[in-house]
Amino acid sequence: MTELLGSYVPIAIFIGIALVIGLALLIAPFAVAFKAPDSEKLSAYECGFNAFDDARMKFDIRFYLVSILFIIFDLEVAFLFPWAVSFNDLGWFGFWSMMVFLAVLTIGFVYEWKKGALEWN
Amino acid sequence: MEVLFALGLIAIKIALLIAMLLLLPLPLTWLERKIAGHMQQRMGPMRVGWHGLLQPVADGIKLLTKEDHIPAEADRFLFKLAPILALAPPFVVFVAIPFGETISVLNAEITLYVSNLNVALLFVFAVIGLEVYGVIFGGWAANSKYAVLGSLRTCAQMISYEIPMGFAVIGVVMLAQSMSLVDIVRAQSDLWNIVYQPIGFFVFFVAGLAEAQRIPFDLAEAEGDLGAGFHTEYSGIRFAFFMVSEYVIVLLVSVLSVILFFGGWNGVLIPLPPLLWFALKVAFFIYVFMWFRFTLPRYRYDQLMAIGWKVLLPLSMANIIITGIAFT
Repeated sequence: MTELLGSYVPIAIFIGIALVIGLALLIAPFAVAFKAPDSEKLSAYECGFNAFDDARMKFDIRFYLVSILFIIFDLEVAFLFPWAVSFNDLGWFGFWSMMVFLAVLTIGFVYEWKKGALEWN
Repeated sequence: MEVLFALGLIAIKIALLIAMLLLLPLPLTWLERKIAGHMQQRMGPMRVGWHGLLQPVADGIKLLTKEDHIPAEADRFLFKLAPILALAPPFVVFVAIPFGETISVLNAEITLYVSNLNVALLFVFAVIGLEVYGVIFGGWAANSKYAVLGSLRTCAQMISYEIPMGFAVIGVVMLAQSMSLVDIVRAQSDLWNIVYQPIGFFVFFVAGLAEAQRIPFDLAEAEGDLGAGFHTEYSGIRFAFFMVSEYVIVLLVSVLSVILFFGGWNGVLIPLPPLLWFALKVAFFIYVFMWFRFTLPRYRYDQLMAIGWKVLLPLSMANIIITGIAFT
């Protein structure tokens, strides 16, 4: 228990200090920075003319596809970590179990590749 | 009493670590501009201080006193939150990074890490993944087309390259039988991992370049076609936050490359203090980052995604299989 606390208390302290420093640096410009707001200055940058419409527009579906694929593969990475730590104790049985799992994953990967989910044209 | 002493020690270490991380980007920006200059047969910054050494200080003061403007159409809360979210994760990761074993100060053995987590590597990946929030909030909140497009691209890029990066370090964990970074370095005291894991290192470093948004993968900034990407609308100190975060990530990828693949503080041939060996190796990788920046062109976006998904991902999976067969 003390070992656990010893490992994780510094992280909590660190996050606290990092947030305080971040906020302090953000508040500092209120005191020192020059301020002269202007409606032209505050409009969004768009190469010399006024913005045509809201920038929060429809975007490409492929970004969504990439994030879906990311979730699947990132889970596999998380799943591989504990296997890798106890890799020597598991021996060949552990190795082949993971190979079967990776093969299933690879079938899915090949499928999405053939379907063109990875193409950006 | 003992608890108080331990807490005090932790507080001192954290203060030193934060000071280092906040101050290190200053010399790094100077170094980057100097390297750029000399590679292009010019001098780089020369005006402020000896050979421009005080230039980063002048830049810092300038950024602090610049008008901090928020676009009228922006989502004000997210716009203010994003720089903190971009800066905090790379800082927090360094809690779990060891810089050496122990040094003795005043007859006391002091460990050169704040916390030796047994799941350090997982912690590093989990926390660095949060970086994406700063990018997507920053771009979305600004309500500028360049910023939105830049943040979408950057997010897709960061999450795509996180996967090969995760697969690449599995090989290292298999060799060390541990996720603790201290144990991983100890396991390399005879022979560095780069000998067993050349493919792993290649994938890790290329993905690291992409994670740090550096050339040849700096599509996010792509000055030519996107203004400055997701931080187009940021100015003053908030802009500085994004820049500091970029340099801290460069440092992080260099440090992780050294710890995971180049033996950490284990030296070869020349008996130097371990901490110095560590610093020299890290400095080398930071130099490689800058060297690439002024040598390589930028990839197109479709090439970027193809490299991540069609080259690095199969390579890193092959690396796991090869390592598994060789070491079972």
